[in-house]
Amino acid sequence: MKFGILINEGPYQHQASDSAYKFIEAALEAGHEIFRVFFYHDGVNNSTRYTVPPQDDRNIQVRWSELAAKHDLDLVVCIAAAQRRGILDENEAKRQGKDGDNIAPGFRISGLGQLIEAGIQADRLVTFGD
Amino acid sequence: MSDVKKFLYVNRKQPYGTIYALESLEVVLIGAAFEQDVSLAFVDDGVYQLTKGQDPSGIGMKNFSPTYTALGDYDINKIYVEKESLEARGLTIDDLQHLTWEDEDEDWAEKDSIRVVSASEMAEIMDQQDVVLSF
Amino acid sequence: MAILHTVNKSPFERDALESCLKHALAGSSVLLFEDGVAAAVDGTAYADQIKGVMENVSLFVLGEDLKARGLGEHKLIDGITVVDYKGFVELAAKNDSVQSWL
Repeated sequence: MKFGILINEGPYQHQASDSAYKFIEAALEAGHEIFRVFFYHDGVNNSTRYTVPPQDDRNIQVRWSELAAKHDLDLVVCIAAAQRRGILDENEAKRQGKDGDNIAPGFRISGLGQLIEAGIQADRLVTFGD
Repeated sequence: MSDVKKFLYVNRKQPYGTIYALESLEVVLIGAAFEQDVSLAFVDDGVYQLTKGQDPSGIGMKNFSPTYTALGDYDINKIYVEKESLEARGLTIDDLQHLTWEDEDEDWAEKDSIRVVSASEMAEIMDQQDVVLSF
Repeated sequence: MAILHTVNKSPFERDALESCLKHALAGSSVLLFEDGVAAAVDGTAYADQIKGVMENVSLFVLGEDLKARGLGEHKLIDGITVVDYKGFVELAAKNDSVQSWL
């Protein structure tokens, strides 16, 4: 099975990001493929590398970056939602005249078409939100 | 082999109180370019998204409701609004925008895009979809 | 089609469960997870409504979310199946599509 995953909420505020992560872990363990993980609405906030959560708790952003690296996952952050919420990669920062970028490793910024494509190409699309 | 899937966008929240109504509409518009079989469902508080006469200037937000009238131009003309959700909220179809599309197979005749359906009809519509996006 | 409906919010907070049960056709499945697990406990104000649909709709609850909320040892509604994340994935794969009630 090819899964597309849509994450609508940011880290810590809602359980969505955690639930999606556990689902993806279980899916990979079962031998399924994760076609794409798409972050929309506040979900884009999962991709900032500037979070400093307490040491004795999970680091959601690092967890995503590591999972992406380990399994070659495609983590896509919606550009429109990212612009609204201040998530930038190097190119976007230059384009928008901002003095820095903040996107974490393993995430890439792209358009909503990537979500639609995931809906078309994957066998199942699972949404985690509020 | 055709890659055309039945996509349903489910809207259950009011506009302005949260961003889901606005940002889900943005997905619909971008998605239109992919020529899939698209339907929109407005259920529960989602019916408020289609009310006419929205004026959010007093709350300092942009009125994005005119965008719904463009859906017909994007070939999105299956807009299902749940009857029970309207009634529970003291609304009728007359409270909603009049959304239309032009049927090129019938000499560009203007037709209504909004179809008011019962909950059980909505359940059948949902059951037929390949991909359901919820916001 | 056989749909897996998911409900992640508590019925005491949100009408997602109520709306889901109104739209779930016979042969479909409903998975309660995150805050939605509150509905799986027997004796709640929603128990009768849930028992009512279970003749035609299969109910599942994510065990890890029950445990997180201290509900792991509570009596659940008869007929609800407890699954883990592996089971969640299986449900998603086994059914034709997934519809999330947020």
